[in-house]
Amino acid sequence: MFSILRSLWLTFLHTFHKRFTIQYPEEKAKLPARWRGRIVLTRDPDGAERCVACYLCAAACPVDCISLQAAEDETGRRYPEFFRINFSRCIFCGFCEDACPTYAIQLTPDFELVEYDRQNLVYEKENLLISGPGKYHDYNFYRVAGYAVGGKGKGEAQHEDPPIDIHDLKP
Amino acid sequence: MVKITIDGNVYEVDPKDNLLQTILSLGLDLPYFCWHPALGSVGSCRQCAVKKYSGEDDQKGRIVMACMEPVVDGMRISVNAPEVKDFRANIIELLMTNHPHDCPVCDEGGECHLQDVTLMSGHNYRRFDFNKRTHNNQYLGPFINHEMNRCIQCYRCVRFYREYAGGRDFNVFASRNRVFFGRYEDGVLESEFSGNLAEVCPTGVFTDKTYKQHFTRKWDLTTAPSICHNCSLGCNIIAGERYGTIRRIASRYNGKVNGYFICDRGRFGYEYVNSDQRIREPLRRGQASGRLEPVDRETVFNYFKKIFDKKPRLLGIGSPKASLESNHALQMLVGKENFFAGVSAVEHQLTLKAIQILKEGPAKVPSLRETEKADTVLILGEDVTNTAPMLTLSLRQASRQKPMELPIKMNVPTWHEMAVLELMQDERSPFFVLTPTETKLDDIATAVYRNAPDNIARLAHAVAHYIDSAAPEVKNLTEEETELVKQIAENLLSAKQPLIVSGTSCLNESLLEAAANITRALKKRQKSPWIFLTVPEANSVGLALLDEKNLNQAIEKALSDTYETLIILENDLYRRIEEDKANKLFDAFKHVIVLHYLHNSTTDKANLVVPVGPFTESDGTLVNNEGRAQRFYQVFYPGDSVKESWRWLGQIMTEHGSNAGRALSKLDDFIEALVQDFPELKAVKELAPDADFRIAGQKIPRQSHRYSGRTSMNANVNVSEPKPPEDEDSPMSFTMEGYQGVPPSPFISRFWYPGWNSVQAVNKFQIEVGGALRGGDPGLRVFEPQADSDAPYYTRIPEPFKPQKDQWFAIPVFHIFGSDELSIYTPGVAELAPKPYLLLNQKDAESFKGEKVNVLLDGKQIELPVKTSSSFPSGMVGIPIGLPEMKIFKFPNWVKISG
Repeated sequence: MFSILRSLWLTFLHTFHKRFTIQYPEEKAKLPARWRGRIVLTRDPDGAERCVACYLCAAACPVDCISLQAAEDETGRRYPEFFRINFSRCIFCGFCEDACPTYAIQLTPDFELVEYDRQNLVYEKENLLISGPGKYHDYNFYRVAGYAVGGKGKGEAQHEDPPIDIHDLKP
Repeated sequence: MVKITIDGNVYEVDPKDNLLQTILSLGLDLPYFCWHPALGSVGSCRQCAVKKYSGEDDQKGRIVMACMEPVVDGMRISVNAPEVKDFRANIIELLMTNHPHDCPVCDEGGECHLQDVTLMSGHNYRRFDFNKRTHNNQYLGPFINHEMNRCIQCYRCVRFYREYAGGRDFNVFASRNRVFFGRYEDGVLESEFSGNLAEVCPTGVFTDKTYKQHFTRKWDLTTAPSICHNCSLGCNIIAGERYGTIRRIASRYNGKVNGYFICDRGRFGYEYVNSDQRIREPLRRGQASGRLEPVDRETVFNYFKKIFDKKPRLLGIGSPKASLESNHALQMLVGKENFFAGVSAVEHQLTLKAIQILKEGPAKVPSLRETEKADTVLILGEDVTNTAPMLTLSLRQASRQKPMELPIKMNVPTWHEMAVLELMQDERSPFFVLTPTETKLDDIATAVYRNAPDNIARLAHAVAHYIDSAAPEVKNLTEEETELVKQIAENLLSAKQPLIVSGTSCLNESLLEAAANITRALKKRQKSPWIFLTVPEANSVGLALLDEKNLNQAIEKALSDTYETLIILENDLYRRIEEDKANKLFDAFKHVIVLHYLHNSTTDKANLVVPVGPFTESDGTLVNNEGRAQRFYQVFYPGDSVKESWRWLGQIMTEHGSNAGRALSKLDDFIEALVQDFPELKAVKELAPDADFRIAGQKIPRQSHRYSGRTSMNANVNVSEPKPPEDEDSPMSFTMEGYQGVPPSPFISRFWYPGWNSVQAVNKFQIEVGGALRGGDPGLRVFEPQADSDAPYYTRIPEPFKPQKDQWFAIPVFHIFGSDELSIYTPGVAELAPKPYLLLNQKDAESFKGEKVNVLLDGKQIELPVKTSSSFPSGMVGIPIGLPEMKIFKFPNWVKISG
């Protein structure tokens, strides 16, 4: 008898608690920044495309839903000629973000990927590339890599000495 | 055999190799950089440290470099002692202090020996806080990309380029940790083997520039074992595809043919496969427009049906670049008497002669790799660098054989590269180069003889006569020539393993006969000589074995007989015979059907063009210059309209009912039919297991287990993935499913092994490092020389060459880049190909005023700039053959020059 009354009382008390249920879709859930949702391609702090088309995301992808082709511009900068993610296959595991050496590919707190036609879930580079750096504001791969690209010559990256003179025989 | 103890385990090993090679041959892992099985040991990278104990009681041991250590009986070593592991991790940490942080944009990433070894050694965190040294890169030509920051100073590149390949324009500069590997100044690398730098370099300093244009990681390539189609040697290659285009060619180790390396024409001359000149659908000449218009597959069969309905007579022309199966399929379709080899009379005659000489013996025919072991070399007429490039590399190794006797006598191991070089100095094996033009082997030659092909043949006949007086005598030689004859003959007689090299490029039958005579004379003197003859194209020998009739005979037959339909297989006749002759042939036919993969002058004449696959999109068998049959496999499925020539022809025969009751749909059917019709080619059937072969019930995949993007690569077209294509012709699948271990040697499509992502994984595919592939090297001879034959001497001695007053004797000059029909489609090859010129002796050229002269060739006048050479024989002209700007002329021939 007592336990029944106690349960009723506790249940009654819950009417005064904070509510966990939210009225989706009128009300949106507040998701943490590291939520593994829709994938984007970001840009570096200088506004240039971060992706260097190294293929590591594609290799890491357990469902093989990423494909791309590397190309190089006239200054030597690598970029993906096309970059395609088939979201109808994606399992949002985040391995691609883990594998990315340039912080280019990032998962975002957006899970609302709903389409009537599955074909519309195939995202190309223009659908993926955003205009900002995403979660990582400062990293610029070419600033640390010893690879000359437009605007940065040999020996101009972090922790680099100027190029040596090969005709110099001094000890 | 001796017993050694490694980490407590006793192994029985052959003491001929160094300790590192022995450890790797045993299947153990030991990191290394500077050592390479083809280049020997120098001990410069300090990576392959092991612990060596001096005896049973020694608990402490000392650290030694395995690559510099000979294997001795009772030796006790440790690969896994904590001290050596630490030592190796420290060395790699030091090597990495200057290595840039650029793997994501490095083309070597994913197949990098440095990455593999770093992982193997356990170094993973950078503690060095100071700056990295940097280098400026050099422009090294259209084939090789230079990124010097990545260098770890292993010296492999310079050792390969200078010591192994004989290049002179590449070296090491500067000192200490600033050393720089490159040229003195920017410029195109001169060596024809520069592409191997990309494979020899353990990191990404030298990478394939054509691969960079359409870069794909190694794990994403669909690859298949293939055979190079760019010359007659038949080097083994791996072709890799992604998204429907061929991305690169890499060398495929074959212990009997090309070993570890391939030449630049083989490596980079693949881009015609991706060319916009490719024919990808059937084309029929529209009656109204007069142009070739795309049609469907049914139209092709209907076209043939209409022809067959009229009970026609078909004339078929085969190709020395097409496979045995394709040529034989055409032969079956048109009938043996109506099939002709698509090669000019002179070329075909020479190929047949070469085969006759090889078959008759008694000289043994070495494999390409075996020629490295010859200790005296005589080259007759052939500029091998430009006609059979990889032979140059082998002959350069042969030039080290004789001086190698000194280190062997002094008990210095032959793998001890620096010590061997110190002992040898500039010593070379006796090496004689007898050619009309300068060659790249002149620098290692004991004596060079520049003269007309007939005079070279005379000199060679004189050598045979000197060795054995029963051989026909040559009269009226100059004193110098007699002296040279004596020198060559004495050297051949004192050699342990003499090798005579000749070929068809001089278009001179006497040269081949003279080469045969020398070997026969040597045999009479109880020597066991080797003979190595080069032929014009990848399957010249195979085609000659199928049919002895040539293209000139085809023209005669066509003009004298009543044919209506001409079928041409993968051949551009305008590159085989003179233009007016080809025109005459085409005019004699109502229907011209061409099976080809590229648009060219021959397809311009066609009424029907059937799209067929080049070597990357078809399977087949080629027979190389020594008679070795080798199979190449389709790399990828190109769609429904492009098919192998034999498959098209087989389907046509089946529809028409002219297949004589034979099933003709799969590769195995065609091989069976070929062996039935030509029992002497039975080896073709034994080259590789047939299409039903399985390992543990599984096929062998063409894709790596890490192949990426398969649910996305076609998603832009249709999000539902298509069914993967099936391969009914081979036990290989077009997907990543199947047996991922080491496959039988004919099906090796990539060198990969757990922990070994780079091409160095080849060690795991060999029985012993540097030896044969497991299960034996693929490829079988279709004929062997008769070792005990008593073939008579050839007795026809040519008249000495006499310069004429108003006429010049024209010979073709070959160029590695430019003379070949297909490799020229690669922009880099076209860039390095010479412009048309006329080669003249310097003194002869003085009689012409201008820089250009008018040449009257086959009744046609052409203007050519003059190039002079002081050694080129007087009274002759050399004309580069095969350049796209030049038409084909009749060679050898007398021409008139004015200007």
